[in-house]
This record gives sequence, C-alpha cells and structure tokens, in this order.
Amino acid sequence: MTSENIDGGKALIRALEKEGVEVMFGLPGGAILPVYDPIIDSNIRHILVRHEQGAGHMAEGYAQATGKPGVAMVTSGPAATNIVTPLCDAYLDSIPLVVITGQVPLAAIGTDAFQECDTTGITMGVTKHNFLVKDAQDIPRIVKEAFHIATTGRPGPVLIDVPKDIVDPKNSRSQLNWVDDPEMDLPGYEPEKNFDLSGIEKALELIQNSERPIFYVGGGILKARAAEALRELVEITGIHVVTTLMARGAFPDSHELCLGMPGMHGNYTAVTSMQKADLLVALGARFDDRVTGKVDGFAPDAKIIHVDIDPAEIGKVRKPDVAITGDCRLVIETMVDLLKKQGVASTDRSEWKSSISGWQERFPLTYENSEPGSKLKPQYVIEQLRDLAPDDAIVASGVGQHQMWTSQYWNFDSPYTWINSGGLGTMGFSIPAAIGAKVGNPDRMVWAVDGDGCFQMTAQELVTATVENIPIKVALLNNSYLGMVRQWQDMFYQERYSEVFLSEDVPNYKAWAESMGCVGIRVDSPEEVPEAIAKANEIEDRSVVIDFRTAAEEHVYPMVPSGQDNSSIVVPPSQESQER
Amino acid sequence: MKKSQPNYRTLVVTVDNKFGVLARVSGLFARRGVNIKSLAVAPTDKAEFSRITVDLDIELESVSLDQIIKQLDKLINVVEIRALDPDKSVERELMIVTVKAEASQRDELVDHLDKVGGKVLNIGTESMMLSLVETSSVIDDFESFLSNFGIVELQRTGRVALDSL
Repeated sequence: MTSENIDGGKALIRALEKEGVEVMFGLPGGAILPVYDPIIDSNIRHILVRHEQGAGHMAEGYAQATGKPGVAMVTSGPAATNIVTPLCDAYLDSIPLVVITGQVPLAAIGTDAFQECDTTGITMGVTKHNFLVKDAQDIPRIVKEAFHIATTGRPGPVLIDVPKDIVDPKNSRSQLNWVDDPEMDLPGYEPEKNFDLSGIEKALELIQNSERPIFYVGGGILKARAAEALRELVEITGIHVVTTLMARGAFPDSHELCLGMPGMHGNYTAVTSMQKADLLVALGARFDDRVTGKVDGFAPDAKIIHVDIDPAEIGKVRKPDVAITGDCRLVIETMVDLLKKQGVASTDRSEWKSSISGWQERFPLTYENSEPGSKLKPQYVIEQLRDLAPDDAIVASGVGQHQMWTSQYWNFDSPYTWINSGGLGTMGFSIPAAIGAKVGNPDRMVWAVDGDGCFQMTAQELVTATVENIPIKVALLNNSYLGMVRQWQDMFYQERYSEVFLSEDVPNYKAWAESMGCVGIRVDSPEEVPEAIAKANEIEDRSVVIDFRTAAEEHVYPMVPSGQDNSSIVVPPSQESQER
Repeated sequence: MKKSQPNYRTLVVTVDNKFGVLARVSGLFARRGVNIKSLAVAPTDKAEFSRITVDLDIELESVSLDQIIKQLDKLINVVEIRALDPDKSVERELMIVTVKAEASQRDELVDHLDKVGGKVLNIGTESMMLSLVETSSVIDDFESFLSNFGIVELQRTGRVALDSL
C-alpha cells in the first residue's frame, strides 16, 4: 500500500466516495468548512438545503426510495440540533443514514465555544451509534464503520461528529496517512444472526395447522429486500396478508390475498382479521401500539410467530410462541424451500376465508363525495392522484389525516413507492422526503401528499427543489386545520377546538409556491380536480403545488380509539348498522 | 451471615475500553428510570476491553431485565453481557472507612476487624482508617457495627464478581 499524506477534510470526502456515495444533502457553516472545500473537487453531488432538518429528511427519503444509505452533512451547534429530528425519525423507522456534523476544535470542546453543543451526547439516544473523531488518522476507519453499522442488521442512523482542527489543513492535527481499506474495529457488533432451523420447522408446523392465520408484515420486509420472497410464501400458503404503515407496497394491494393496512386507522378487515386470527406470523414487524391497540386485548386467540433481525424486538410487546431472530428474506426463503419439500397441508380454511370476504363486503373503505361547488373530500383527491399517476410513481406523505388517507386510498403495488414518517410521526416530513426520493429516482414521478400544517413546517425546501432542479409535485390537502388533532377534539374533547385552526386565507399557497419557483394551482371544487392533476402531471421541469381546499369536518375512518382494544373499532356512520 | 433475597440484579458487561462507553451504558438505564445501586468499571486482562459490574435496583414489574439486557447488547460498544446468578458467583467489594476511635475503643474495634479479615490502613489521634474486602453483605454488617463508633468518611467500590468454579 502506498502511503499518502492528506488532510482530514479530504480524507472524509474520499472515504465517502469509497463508500459509493453519489449524493449528499447539507448546509455548510464555520466548523464544517474544511470538509466543504474538497466537495468542489469531488464527484459527489451536494444538495444545498434551506434548513438542516430538510437535509436529514431528504437523506431519509433518498434512502427509503433507493435502499442506499442517505448522507447528510451540517455544521456544529444549531445545525446539529436541527438534524436531531431526522435522526430520531430514522432511528424509529430503521432508515440507514450517515450524518456528519462539524464540531468546535478539540481543545475548545467543553468551553461553551461559539456554536458548540454536545452533539454526541444529544444524539446518543436517537442514533444506532455515533462517533466523535479525536484523531484524523481514524477518519477512514470511522467512515467505513459508520456505513457498515448504518446498513447492516437492523438499519439505522449513525452520526460522525468531526472537530474542526481534525479536518482543517491549516492545522497539523489534520494530517493523516490515507488508508485505502482500513480494518474495522467493532468487536461488539454482530449484525448477522444465524437462525436455527428448528424454529422454522416449528413455525411451519403452526402455519400448516392454523385455521385462521394472518401474515402481519412490517417495514422489516422492505429493509430485508424480501418482498419477492414474501409473495412466494403467501402464494404457496394461500394465507392473507396485512401490510403495516411501514410496509405498504411490500405486498401488492391489488393481490387477492392482500387485506391492506391494520392499526388505528387500518381498514376493518385488516384490523378484524388480526383480532380474530388463531395465528399471527409477524415478519419484520414490531407490534407497535398503533397496530395493537390495547396490548392486553390484541389478537387474544392468536399464537405468535415473530421473525425479526433485532433480538430486542422479540418479546418486547407480545411474547411469541415461536421466535426466529434473523434476516426476513433468508428466513422466508428457507420457509418456502421447506414448504416445497414437505408440501402444503390441506387445512380447511373455507370458513375463515368467507369471514374475511364478508368483512370486505360489509366494511370497505368509504366516503361520500362532495357536490360541485363545495369543498373537496380529501379521499376523492387521493383517489384521483392515484388514478392519474403512473404505476411507478413514488408518494411521500407528512403526518396526520392526509397520511392515513394516502395510505388507505393509494394503491401500493410495488415496494419502495411509499415514504412516510411512521414511528416518530414527524410533521413536515413529506416535502424534503419527496425531494430526496426524487434525487434518487430522477426519472420517476414523485408526489408529496401534505397537509397545510405540515406544509408550513418545511415548505422552504421547495426553494431547494427549484434551485437544484429536483421537480416534485405537492398535493396540499388544505383544510385550514391541524386536521388529525381536530378529529381527536371532535371525538374525545366534545368538539372543543383548542388551537387547531390555522387560517382560511393565510398564507396564499399558490403565491407562496410561485415565489419559490414552483407552479401554483388552487382547486376549490371537485369537478376541477382531475384537470388540475393532469396539468401538474404534465409539468416536468418545475415543482408543482396544488392547493386542494378540503372539508375540515371529514374524519379518518375506521378508527380504533387510543388505548382501546381493536374490537372497539369505530366504523364510518354509514356502516354503523352493519352486522359486525 | 444471612443470605437475603437481593433487591437488585447484577449485570456483567464487557465493553470497548473507549471514551463515552460508560455514558452509553448508564444512559440506557437512566432513560428507563432504573437506578444504579452500585457500579464497578476497570479494564480486563485485555486492555482494549473493560468490564462493568452493575447492580440495578429493579422493580421487575415495570422493567423487564431481559429487555434491558437485549437493548444493552444492541449498543455497538457492548461486546458481551449477562446477568449474574448470585448463587453461582463469587463477589467482593472493597470498603475504606475512617472511623472515630478513642484509644480505649481501639481494642474492640481491631478485634472485630480481625474477625472479618480487615486491615488498619492509618491511625490518627482520634480516629482510624480501616479497609475491608468482603462480600457486600459482610461489609453492610461491618458498616453498621462501625456506625456505633461514628463514621467520619466512608467509600465503597461497588461489587465485582466472577462465576464460581
């Protein structure tokens, strides 16, 4: 190996290049300046954001849509604290990120220096791991370790905090011998879990003999790139599938065995089939409270098979009857192989299947469309968006009612087409996430479905989209309210609307969009919807924002009230008289 | 010596001997509201690893020890972790203590100290400094014996333990 002396800033960028990084999102500042200088000479595309939170969410959107780790770089202090929300978001949704933060020089750490904050301390609880670099010589190794940790096992965010003197060529501390292939030093990290075959055999026995089984599929399937394997397992067993909010698209919605989304705003059939099942096969799912409702009353008759790569998920919420710690794709492929050898048992499930189809007939997702001239129904807008979008379109959402409606009404037929903030529920996620997804998929249409509350949190990133030529489309479901909060106040606080009304007229979204270099369109009446969407779909050189004026009183149904068990599911008023 | 039901659990954690690792481990307890009853940390025979012996005050209904172990094991710097079975391990703790001791009291004090195997480290005009390496419960008993004389200052190290042979 030839020995080459370079400085830490160059080494950091070179190490990113070696990891195959093609794009990074960020915003420079004092402490990180020496790492920004070599970017000019690098092939890595840097996207200059307008707020560091945007950089983090863009990296998340990029990672979710491409499967590659998302990379963001920001300076110290307030920049580091601004990216804490995306780190936590990525931590809860297991998204591989590598975030680099500047730090004051080593000697200044702990002196309350300008723009100093305890970044590794603050982010300890919201990262899979973090590093404070104390020696420039460690940079190649730490970058390699960061990518390894972020992308293997259960993926997650990793942060590297870089003191300025370590990367500043004017400082002798920044000099290092470049090492092309540094050896990682992670004796405590063993992400690959070897599952044993006996667990799989026990699982298959339960599956073969169950009368009312459900595959409960979570985001882990997507992380494990296991959608194809899952489809084979489902088709060979003929067992119905529910896909959680994090797993929409992991199994095609249009498949006859797909029951859609379970949980608080899941459809009646998905919720009820889990509740009445005698076997739940949890694949890369974590029994989140939004799925289980009251845990004590969740799927009371079901045996549980739990497959997850993270041992700490097994038994965290519900004790499984069979636990398999391992990579979902490998586990499912092994199951399929064994099933092919032993043959699929002919357990009679006709009664179960007719129960399921009965629920589907009696309790479909439903809403009543509005008359011309009156405010739009958000569900109608999403149906129109869905029907007019190409099959490979990607949709990102913010958090709230619009998120639930999008998950319910969009037709997700392929994996990695749905991007949202599931675990943390971060308002303002959609626009930067959509930009990140578009950067990773420049040839595909990317819609951000947003609410007006969310839009006002991160809309400034549309400036980034314009300036960096990343044309996305934003469907703003604008009901002038923090809609989901208003819904809870309707249902649980006697319609006392405390601090949820935003404004009917301010801001002017069309003008705001135009001021950011986007096309702005306002739609007030249902008959204008298809035309507006068609127009937006034709615009390829700029971002488009459609301000859809929607009805504030519309509720997301069904709904399992918080803290109640899933049999208390509330259906829309038009279905209340249906036999359960 | 009575063997009482421990109101704590002992974890033995082998970690990377690097800055910040103890904060990661103790932070995990802090976030779950679990108090650390005693803590001992030092490098192992391999300098790159440290061994943490930690006693946790645990109300088992609210926090699952098993879950804590799994989540600790997820920390990148944790190399190995297990709960120690109190019946199958040998434990020791070191106490050094300065105790008030008039000349007339010293015979009784030293007599008792000899019985538990302690040492006199330092003698002043009105007080003595003693040390004792023993199990935590023997040290508890000896500490309450000393309190009759008047403890001036006391420091215990926290327990360390190994599997019995």
